[in-house]
Amino acid sequence: MDLVTPSYGLLFWTGLTFCLLLFVLAKFAWKPILKQVNERSKKIDDALKEAENAREEMKALHSENERILKEARAERDAILKEAKDAGTKMIEEAREKAKLEGTKLLEAAKSAIQSERNAALSEMKAQVATFSVQIAEQLVKESLTSEAKQQALASKLAEEIKLN
Amino acid sequence: MLAQRKVILMFFWLFISVFSTARANDSEKLDIMHHIQDAHEWHLWGGHSNPTSIYLPVILIDNGIKIFSSENFYHGIERKVVVEGGREEVYWEGVGPASGYAMMHEKIYKLNEGKLTFHGKHASNEMPLDFSITKNVLSLFIGAVLLLIIMLSTASYYRKNGAVAPRGIAKFIEPLIVFVRDEIIKPNIHGPKHTRYINFLTTVFFFILINNLLGMVPVFPGGANLTGNISVTLFLAVCTLIVTLLSANKNYWKHIFATPGVPLALLPIMIPIEIVGIFTKPFALMIRLFANMTAGHIIVLSLISIIFINKTEAWGLLSVPMALFISVLEILVAFLQAYLFASLSALFIGAAVEEDHH
Repeated sequence: MDLVTPSYGLLFWTGLTFCLLLFVLAKFAWKPILKQVNERSKKIDDALKEAENAREEMKALHSENERILKEARAERDAILKEAKDAGTKMIEEAREKAKLEGTKLLEAAKSAIQSERNAALSEMKAQVATFSVQIAEQLVKESLTSEAKQQALASKLAEEIKLN
Repeated sequence: MLAQRKVILMFFWLFISVFSTARANDSEKLDIMHHIQDAHEWHLWGGHSNPTSIYLPVILIDNGIKIFSSENFYHGIERKVVVEGGREEVYWEGVGPASGYAMMHEKIYKLNEGKLTFHGKHASNEMPLDFSITKNVLSLFIGAVLLLIIMLSTASYYRKNGAVAPRGIAKFIEPLIVFVRDEIIKPNIHGPKHTRYINFLTTVFFFILINNLLGMVPVFPGGANLTGNISVTLFLAVCTLIVTLLSANKNYWKHIFATPGVPLALLPIMIPIEIVGIFTKPFALMIRLFANMTAGHIIVLSLISIIFINKTEAWGLLSVPMALFISVLEILVAFLQAYLFASLSALFIGAAVEEDHH
């Protein structure tokens, strides 16, 4: 029966000790420990979230880089193409221009030659005319030296007129 | 093969020695019940005639406070009386500052005209209020100091290092504290209300745990059967009861005085049952812890006592492994009972603060 009879002495000391323990441990152990544990778990959560965010950001950054690179490449290609086109065009234009110039020069030369020729021709014609007149004069002078010749010529001319 | 033969030989030898020498001696009584109960001394070693003990202070309230060493009883005058049934009992009459008092079965009586008077088997003398620092009280203090050292050094680790991963003692203690919070309190007390009970339930858990474990240590700082003492478990159970009743909400009382779904005619039966139920729950807590720890101590002591009862060391080959097995089991029980007490307290409190779900 002693075994199951509470003794107030032990009951008193247990109560006192337990209450003191409860007070001290609550204030100086459970509260600070759990506070730090909670804080730490929050810190870990935050760190995990941050890492996830960083990863997402990295991913986004990577794709952004990729995009920029692609764009740059496309731009480079475009610039190159443009430059090439411009070059070709310039060459083409120059060629065209040169051709045109050549043609023009040729044309000018041709016309100069023509005009020179014409001038030479007309001069020659004038010369020839003069020579002809001189020859004719000589001839006339020759042929009209005798009466007979004059007669013959007259009749011939008359003949010609008649025939006409 | 060799090992097998050795084992067989060992058992053979064991049985031979047991049957040849086993003779229980009635004259020297092995008092296990004495060992699991409280005492005013802390017996270390030695027999009845030459004991080595720590004599603890006796504190009596009897017309003022009287403090003296229990040596004044244990080394006092031994008196033998024959009580009802013809059994001889021994009590110690105090000497020096203890004169005028006598101690019988660790109970202190005031002497009446220099002697104890008996009514049946028990002394009927007046008993002064005994607030002695008994073996259990000292064990309680040691447990409390140990608990404070462990927990405050854990707390100081966090205070010094901030919210970092635990190291050293914090590495061992923190999972236990988090276990109490996450596996004992949170599943039983729902919602944010549980934070109000963390202090009480965590203290209860560690208080029981450390005292259970101290009780398993066979030498001086341990060995007292504190958590197997009804006074301690009574106090803890009453604490749970008080916390439960103080935090009980309207819903809890409604379930007691107007249990939903019970016909009105049955209420006169139901209400007394429910009221008894308020008290049976902590009562079960009290008995469970007391009985489990006391039973563990009795089993270990019984197994060890086999050697002394049979007066042959050979029994040690059987009783020591068995006692070791039970001791290891008791370590499990130490954790289990602390867990159960805290868990069921949390359950009762949780039921008292539960909101109406109907």
